[in-house]
Formats: sequence, structure tokens, C-alpha cells
Amino acid sequence: MSALLSGTGLVRNYGATPALRGIDLEVAAGEIVAVTGPSGCGKSTLLHCLAGILRVDGGTVTYRDQDIGLWSEAARSRLRRTEFGVLFQFGQLVPELTAVENVALPLLLAGTGRREARQTALDWLGRLGVAESAEQRPGTMSGGQQQRCATARALVTEPRVLFADEPTGALDVLTGEQVLGQIVRVAREQGTAVVLVTHESSVAAYADREVALRDGVVDPTGLGLAR
Amino acid sequence: MSTAHVLLGLLAAGPRHGYDLKRAHDDRLPRAKPLAYGQVYATLGRLERDGLVTEAGQDREGGPDRTSYEITEEGRRHLDAWLSAVDPPAPYVTSELFSKVVVALLAADAGRARDYLVAQRAAHMSRMRELTTAKTEPGAGVGDVVAADYAIGHLEADLRWLQTTLARVADLQKEVTS
Ligand SMILES: Nc1ncnc2c1ncn2[C@@H]1O[C@H](COP(=O)(O)OP(=O)(O)OP(=O)(O)O)[C@@H](O)[C@H]1O
Ligand SMILES: [Mg+2]
Repeated sequence: MSALLSGTGLVRNYGATPALRGIDLEVAAGEIVAVTGPSGCGKSTLLHCLAGILRVDGGTVTYRDQDIGLWSEAARSRLRRTEFGVLFQFGQLVPELTAVENVALPLLLAGTGRREARQTALDWLGRLGVAESAEQRPGTMSGGQQQRCATARALVTEPRVLFADEPTGALDVLTGEQVLGQIVRVAREQGTAVVLVTHESSVAAYADREVALRDGVVDPTGLGLAR
Repeated sequence: MSTAHVLLGLLAAGPRHGYDLKRAHDDRLPRAKPLAYGQVYATLGRLERDGLVTEAGQDREGGPDRTSYEITEEGRRHLDAWLSAVDPPAPYVTSELFSKVVVALLAADAGRARDYLVAQRAAHMSRMRELTTAKTEPGAGVGDVVAADYAIGHLEADLRWLQTTLARVADLQKEVTS
């Protein structure tokens, strides 16, 4: 499999704090890669760099053979809207919009008609088992309902790459399974590449392979444990 | 786990042949070790001796696989008692994993224990991935999912222990060799 997305020699510092110290990682279409390791090892930073949300201080992020570090902020933002899906531990829904409006939003931004966007959004809410919350605003939904709604929003555009940072960290096991099940489904059926950040082995087991980090570098033992 | 109780449970719904029992056992308990025919007949023989099942008939000219068995009243009482009995949590920690780490420290050093823990973790992870794939397969039945969940939960507990023990190996060595 050739890489759809890759990071080579990625370096990122926060002031004097090195968060990534030269990381190589590749993801192919349809592949799920788990990024694991203890708290503070750089998982979220890596995900943000790969998604083009954070700029790197060294190394390159290549998407479909193009160095996205050379792109303008506007071009990267368009890429995130059209080809990438992002899912964080806590949904980050727009509080003023209902669940179905939240999920339809990325479609509307991409130029889909209102009626179709709404219908597609409802389908996705159904797949995640939260169709009955469609007309609720995030403030009136449980954390688990919001997270499933955010999952629908991340997947509704059928992104080529999904970036998920502890997407089930705050969910009970069965709700988490629903979210992970849909992530696996889009990878298998639509060939979405998935970067799945987690510190739980049961979640990492959904991935095809695991990249463990330790202090900003890849741990070859696959453990991500400080020695 | 007792094969005898599973066979009694299957017979509770009505008489069956040994062959049938083997098939039903393997279907209902996916990922359990498949029953060998010899084991089915040996178990039925013991159950019959103890009065928990009885022969219910012979099809055509017979042979052991043509004999059907039914559960007796005594068998139903026995099954009911088993279903009501709560398993006591295991009183001792007996684990090959744990013993191996301690012996590695006694007979070799922390590096040896670590190498073992790392390799064991990789094997557990790979099995867990396989089970997770099986349970997310589109055609997976609830029985398959429940069986996989049981195994995944136990692997997960081991993995957690492997990981924390890796972090504690150096301290454990000091204690073991002091
Ligand atoms: N905005 C920030 N400013 C300064 N330092 C930061 C910032 N974000 C992260 N860091 C530091 O960078 C390092 C990596 O952080 P990161 O959030 O990537 O870790 P993580 O692996 O995602 O951890 P966790 O499992 O706790 O989410 C840590 O040392 C952290 O303190
Ligand atoms: Mg993080």
C-alpha cells in the first residue's frame, strides 16, 4: 500500500518544550493506524500537525504527494473542510445549531443543497443511533449523544482522511463501539485513512497497526513506555 | 466450565442425538474449543450413569450416533442448582505471566523480564486485533460478538497488567534480589 498521508521527520516545539522530535508515520487509504503512548508523549500534537491544524517546526507532511506545509493557510483550511474529517474527545459542536444542523453544516459549506444535506445528516445520525436527538441543541444532549453527533459530522462528507483524538475516551463501552464501528466501516467501505489516537489497548485493537510514541519519538518496541 | 452442564442445558429443550449436541454446542459457544465426538459420548455416558439423562430412543439400526438422549427430572434439578451457584472469585493469583516475570528476575535480570513482557504484549495485542476484526465483521452474530467480548476483556486485563509491570520491572527486581 502506498501512503495517502505521511509525516517525515516531524518536529514541533512549544516554546522551549519539544513535543515532537522527529516522527515518521504513513497512512494508506483504507488503513487505520492507532497512535498510542502515555500522556504527554505528543499524540495530539502529531495529529494536529498531520491534519495541518498546527504548523511543524521541522519535517514535512505529505498528502497525495504534495507538501501541505507549503500551502497557504486558506488552502489548508479548504483541505480540512473537503477531504479531512476531525473528531476530538469532546464533540465541539456548534451550540446554537441543532444536531441535524451541525451534521449538515459541512455538506452545506461544500455546496450540497439544503434538502439533500439534511437527509444525509439524518441518515448519519441514524447510523450512530442518535436519530431521536436530531432536533436537539448540544446543550440539551448527553455527552455520549453529542459525541455520536460529532462523529456523524466528521464522517458525513466521506473524508479521505479521518483524524480522531480519543474519540471514545468519554464514552461507555457500547456507545464507544458504535462510534468505532462506524469508523471501521468508512475505512473498509470508502477507503478512508484513519489516524486514531488512543491510550486504550481495546481501542487500538480496532486499528490495522499501532504506532507508539514516547517523549516525542516513535518507540520501536511498540510500547510507548518510558524506560 | 463443564461440558456436562452445557449438554444438560441443550437437552432441557428436548431430546437430541449426540451428533446434534456436538453441533449445537459448537454453534452456541463460538470460540470455545469444539467438542470431539468421543467427548460427547463419554459425557453422555457419565450423565446417564448418574441418572441425569436417559436414552430416549434409537433411530433405525442404531450405532451410538443414532441414540437420542433426554434430560431426567434429576437432571433438571442438577442443572437448576448449577445455574443458581455463583462462582467464587479465584482465591489465589496463579498466572503463568506473573510467574515468568518473577522467575526471569530470579534466574536472569530485568532485561530478560522486559523482553518477555514486550513479546507477550505483542502477542496479546495481535490476538485482540484479530478478535476485534471478527466482531466488527458485517456478518457477525450476537453470539460471536459476546464470545469475542469475553476474550477481549480478559486480554485487556492482561495487557493492562503487562504495561504497568513493564513500568515496575526495575523496582520489582530490587525487591526480588534484595
Ligand atoms: N499549547 C501548548 N503549549 C505548551 N505546551 C504544550 C501545548 N500543548 C501540548 N504541550 C506539551 O507538548 C507535549 C505533548 O503534548 P500532547 O498534547 O501532544 O500529548 P498527548 O500525547 O496528546 O497527551 P494526552 O494523552 O495527555 O492527551 C506535552 O509535554 C505537553 O505539555
Ligand atoms: Mg492528547
